[in-house]
Amino acid sequence: MELRTNPKVTAAVQVRGLTKHYGETRALDGVDLDVAEGTVMGVLGPNGAGKTTLVRILSTLVRPDAGHAVVAGCDVERQPYRLRRAIGLTGQYASVDELLSGYENLYLIGRLLDLNAKGARRRAEELLERFSLTDAAHRPSKTYSGGMRRRLDLAASMIGRPRVLFLDEPTTGLDPRTRNEVWAEVRRMVDEGSTVLLTTQYMEEAEQLASDLTVFDRGTVIATGSVESLKRQVGQQTLTIRPARAEELDAMIRRLADHGLAAVPDGEGRLTVPAGDEAQLTAVVDALGGSGLGIAALETRLPSLDEVFLAITGAQSAPSSLEPAA
Amino acid sequence: MTAYAAATTPAAPAAPSTPSTLTAPPAPPELVPAAAEDDDQRTSPRATLHHVAALTRRNLMRMKADPESLLDALLMPILFTVLFVYVFGGAVAGNSHNYIQYMIPGMFGQIGLSLAMAVGTGLNVDFTSGVMDRFRTMPIARSSVLVAKLLAESCRSAVSLVILVAFAMCLGLRIHTNPLGVLATLGLALAFGTGVVWVSMLLGMAMKNPQAVQGVGMLLIIPLQFGSSIFAPVRSMPGWLQGFTKVNPLSALADASRALINGGPVLHPALLVLAWSVGLTVVFAPLAVARFRRRT
Repeated sequence: MELRTNPKVTAAVQVRGLTKHYGETRALDGVDLDVAEGTVMGVLGPNGAGKTTLVRILSTLVRPDAGHAVVAGCDVERQPYRLRRAIGLTGQYASVDELLSGYENLYLIGRLLDLNAKGARRRAEELLERFSLTDAAHRPSKTYSGGMRRRLDLAASMIGRPRVLFLDEPTTGLDPRTRNEVWAEVRRMVDEGSTVLLTTQYMEEAEQLASDLTVFDRGTVIATGSVESLKRQVGQQTLTIRPARAEELDAMIRRLADHGLAAVPDGEGRLTVPAGDEAQLTAVVDALGGSGLGIAALETRLPSLDEVFLAITGAQSAPSSLEPAA
Repeated sequence: MTAYAAATTPAAPAAPSTPSTLTAPPAPPELVPAAAEDDDQRTSPRATLHHVAALTRRNLMRMKADPESLLDALLMPILFTVLFVYVFGGAVAGNSHNYIQYMIPGMFGQIGLSLAMAVGTGLNVDFTSGVMDRFRTMPIARSSVLVAKLLAESCRSAVSLVILVAFAMCLGLRIHTNPLGVLATLGLALAFGTGVVWVSMLLGMAMKNPQAVQGVGMLLIIPLQFGSSIFAPVRSMPGWLQGFTKVNPLSALADASRALINGGPVLHPALLVLAWSVGLTVVFAPLAVARFRRRT
């Protein structure tokens, strides 16, 4: 686990004991979270884990039942107006006015953020250009494709150059190319000094953008740390070997066993060998080298975030299912 | 586990039931810096005026971008006028000319009603489309969204009123009093509309989609509209219906408008309309505002 409790680090988002109930459902149940200034925090979790509730509380859309949250130095409950000057939000559903053009949407938001007419126009044009929407600037946004609309929504949340940007599943339902564009813009925001809190169901997205991760399940934080540290906790690096001749699979397992290496067939004609460090990797190469056994492919890999996520949520739900009924 | 316990000792309650989790959440440091009391930067009145202007412009641009909805508001009065004057005019008032003089003033009053309903529908569109969420994360006064909606709808109503009057005058409507009478009619219609707007707001926030708002709105409006003195004199109706039409505020509104355009006693129906407007406001405004605050 990373030591992220250093009080010297200014936190852009600080959450303590945040709780929100909807009837019997505990959407959030005593959540603690810190996001350091200028970093990207990825919030991962299955549907209904409480990710969206967290974002809605932090952006002043929903009031918490208990606990505290401070964003950009402002208390969500006591200083909502001050807080709103410091944030941008892009939700799961694009919240742009469909009847208005892209330009008019951005111009309106500029005016509502107290830019003068000229300033609002300039900022709108600048962001349309940046999100490759200039050609479509004066078309009603309902004629936009899903990706264009999401880009417009993202542009809208950037008008005021927010210190903290909340992105609630920003690329859900987007094609890979548009997803890459959104990612590039998020990185650029971070380069310019913004702090980002990103909820996502895509491990790849978290890996691409986030430096730190928090995993939610049923309203609580079940794991937190850097991407690398979470991966390391779940499992080590492995080496996958594909024999050149399929019938030599067993011979290869025996050969590796002779060298004290436990190889496991993966059922698809490949072998998996633990290779957590350099020594293990070298041992494998030594064992197979000069054995006459041909190798078609070699690949090392860390566990994917999918595996990390399943391991963590699995470990979390396992005890309850094993609990004796009495 | 109580919420309080969760807030003060986050790790303790979870620990016994979850052995050997891969990563325990970090023990949180002491609480976040407490916010200073009451130093929130609320929006200044001057800034709010600018916001209302920007949002009104937005609502007007929406109308421009959606000509069908505009057409509806502009053509309905004309359609009603033509149909009623020439289909029922002869039967109700002996001839269509007399009927124009009778019905058109009643139609004026209705414009306030349709204005109010349009505000509720518009609000629902903003809530359901997610645009309201965007506004609510911005440092603007909550009320500016509402005021802007009202202003834009008033503009639309003014246009449809001008069209209605112009059209009716072409058909032979005569103003027997003076232009002030027409303005007073408009004022009364607006006053009534401001009473109804709270009901419409409640509907707009309670219903799941704009179609539902319009559906329920029509269900309320049609009996009020036809069970009134707008289209036919109350005395021609059966007794049980007269009971309803006499208390129906649209009857009072129609009677007052007629008196303001054709001459006649104005005070009693006008006061009735104002009383209704105040009554509706007293009952529904707190409910609507409370709901609006809860959702914003």
